[in-house]
Amino acid sequence: MSAAAPPAAPVPPPTEPAQRRSARDSSASWRLSDRIGLAFAWTLGIGFLIVTAAIVLYMMVQGLRFIRPALFVTSPAAGFSESETGGFLDPLLGTIVVAAMAMAIAFPLGLAIAVWLSEYGRPSALARATESTVEMLAGTPSIVFALFGTLLFEQGALALFSRTNDGVVYGRSFFAAAAMLSLVALPLVVANVREGLQAIPGHVREASYAVGKTKLTTTRRVLLPAARPSVVTGAMLGVGRIIGDTAIIVLLLGATLRFNPAGDVPLLSELRGTGSTLTSFVYANAPTGEANQPTKAYAAGFVLLSMVLLLNVAVDVAARRGRRWR
Amino acid sequence: MAREARPARRLLPDQRAELVLGALVCAVLLFVLLIVVFVFKEAWPSFSHNGLSWFADDGNVDAQVQAIFTAEANRAEPVYTFHAWPIIWGTVLITGGAVVLSFIAALFVAVFVVEFAPDWVRAILEPVVRLLASVPSVIFGLVGVLVVVPFIGEHVITDEQRRSVSYIVSLSGYSLLAGVLILSVMIAPLMVAVFSDGLRAVPRGWLEGSLGLGINRWRTFWKIGVRTARPALVAGTVLATARALGEAVMLAMVTGGVAFAPNPADGLIFFVEPTRPLAATILQTSEELTAPAMRHTIFAMAAVLLFSALMLSLVGWAVKQPMKKYGVRA
Repeated sequence: MSAAAPPAAPVPPPTEPAQRRSARDSSASWRLSDRIGLAFAWTLGIGFLIVTAAIVLYMMVQGLRFIRPALFVTSPAAGFSESETGGFLDPLLGTIVVAAMAMAIAFPLGLAIAVWLSEYGRPSALARATESTVEMLAGTPSIVFALFGTLLFEQGALALFSRTNDGVVYGRSFFAAAAMLSLVALPLVVANVREGLQAIPGHVREASYAVGKTKLTTTRRVLLPAARPSVVTGAMLGVGRIIGDTAIIVLLLGATLRFNPAGDVPLLSELRGTGSTLTSFVYANAPTGEANQPTKAYAAGFVLLSMVLLLNVAVDVAARRGRRWR
Repeated sequence: MAREARPARRLLPDQRAELVLGALVCAVLLFVLLIVVFVFKEAWPSFSHNGLSWFADDGNVDAQVQAIFTAEANRAEPVYTFHAWPIIWGTVLITGGAVVLSFIAALFVAVFVVEFAPDWVRAILEPVVRLLASVPSVIFGLVGVLVVVPFIGEHVITDEQRRSVSYIVSLSGYSLLAGVLILSVMIAPLMVAVFSDGLRAVPRGWLEGSLGLGINRWRTFWKIGVRTARPALVAGTVLATARALGEAVMLAMVTGGVAFAPNPADGLIFFVEPTRPLAATILQTSEELTAPAMRHTIFAMAAVLLFSALMLSLVGWAVKQPMKKYGVRA
């Protein structure tokens, strides 16, 4: 950047060019095509705002119209009318459980990959392969992961993670869904942590080496704490992606809206069994779904959207704290 | 001396950490390789039974799926006949339409955000873009089913149009148009994010040079900024295309559940004809996974998707190479 600035360029920050307020700046003197272009940019920019506001406000208004405190504490039930079908206690818990389990896999793994890529990365061929693999994971449709999950968890060796019936492994459980969802969150964690680590200037590492710290200690005690905002951002974005995913849930968590435990070990049986999350609840309660209770879908969608909104705010806060090394 | 040499071979904690991390990375790579290999292996019977006619246009996909499944249920000879053209065509139409539409919109929005928006508009627009990118697809689907689809069904499709094709397909609002519109709203924020990163990375001096020559701000930014950021435009488009290809849930909800290939020769009706892309077909037939022949067929669809995604990330990688040379990150 500094090489591109000739001596003619003045010292003040380049984002505020001197011409900004000059007469030529008023678009009245521009050619028609340029004015149309500018008008188009304004229209689309404002239009984008309006579309987003319309979607979010519509969901909020409809959600607030149909949400009842009772919905949070009752389980879904089979029924034909609004009063019979219960609430979304199970899906809400399911969302939290699945997100926690998937992040328990994706977060340490993503952290490890990012640290290795940024701090070690030694056979450089392996590093390049890892980089492109993570990018490929980010571009792979989640439905493909879901299908692979059905294949993987139907293997007899993994029977312990799901329901078995006469030796046939059912292959659908919280374990299966969380394992495949972690692949969806992994690229986000890796990319963000890696970016955070790379933004730390080299002299910070050197200072730590100079007082005799090893690479491992440096990473753990200096680099990761310094990159914490990016780590948090990556984790939050991962959680956001996980709670928003539907395809994997529909295929791997099964179509039961209630928790449907398998076995009789208290906690393990729930995790081995099938269930639902808010996304699959909305999917099932939309007019195209099996349960078809749009008012419930609106209420659950409202809760889901609020969770995503909160995560977004959290990411913003984390990112704002992360401007330390500039 | 020799006695001392042996313990010296023990690894330092730091080396051990490097090995452990490297092993983890290798394990993840192997797992991903496993996914790719197994999806293609599981898909192979369907491809080998049909040959290239797997991709051909021959008959009704839904009827073929039904035939495969019933043959399995009756314990008859397994049937593999599957000609996927209608759903591939649906995928191409929906993805292509949404990418073109959102590319145009996203380009202008990104230019607006980076260069022309007043500060207060920018302060609103940037978080809004991020928010829209993170809204779950099932919510878009819900809005689509409850708002967009009924609107198209009631106000866009005329009774005359409905009658004119009633013997082939019923027009109800679940349509190509609904899918394209909602999908483009879904992928536009991804594009805007990547585009505006690219546009921000354009060296300010280049723009100043053009402004100094008396060229107005719009033309300067359009001719120099946007052209310099071309690799970012491609990268963002690739990313958004991958997302559009893999979108199953929203499209399964709004495009109608029939594997119908919209025919451009139908005139304007074309846009309101129902269709169903690959990913949505997988989602809707996934309950039939238990039948082996059906499973091979479904995995064949997934293999086509995976192959397209692999090709897309290859394109994305190839596009980034010239950017790295100039030290531009995107």
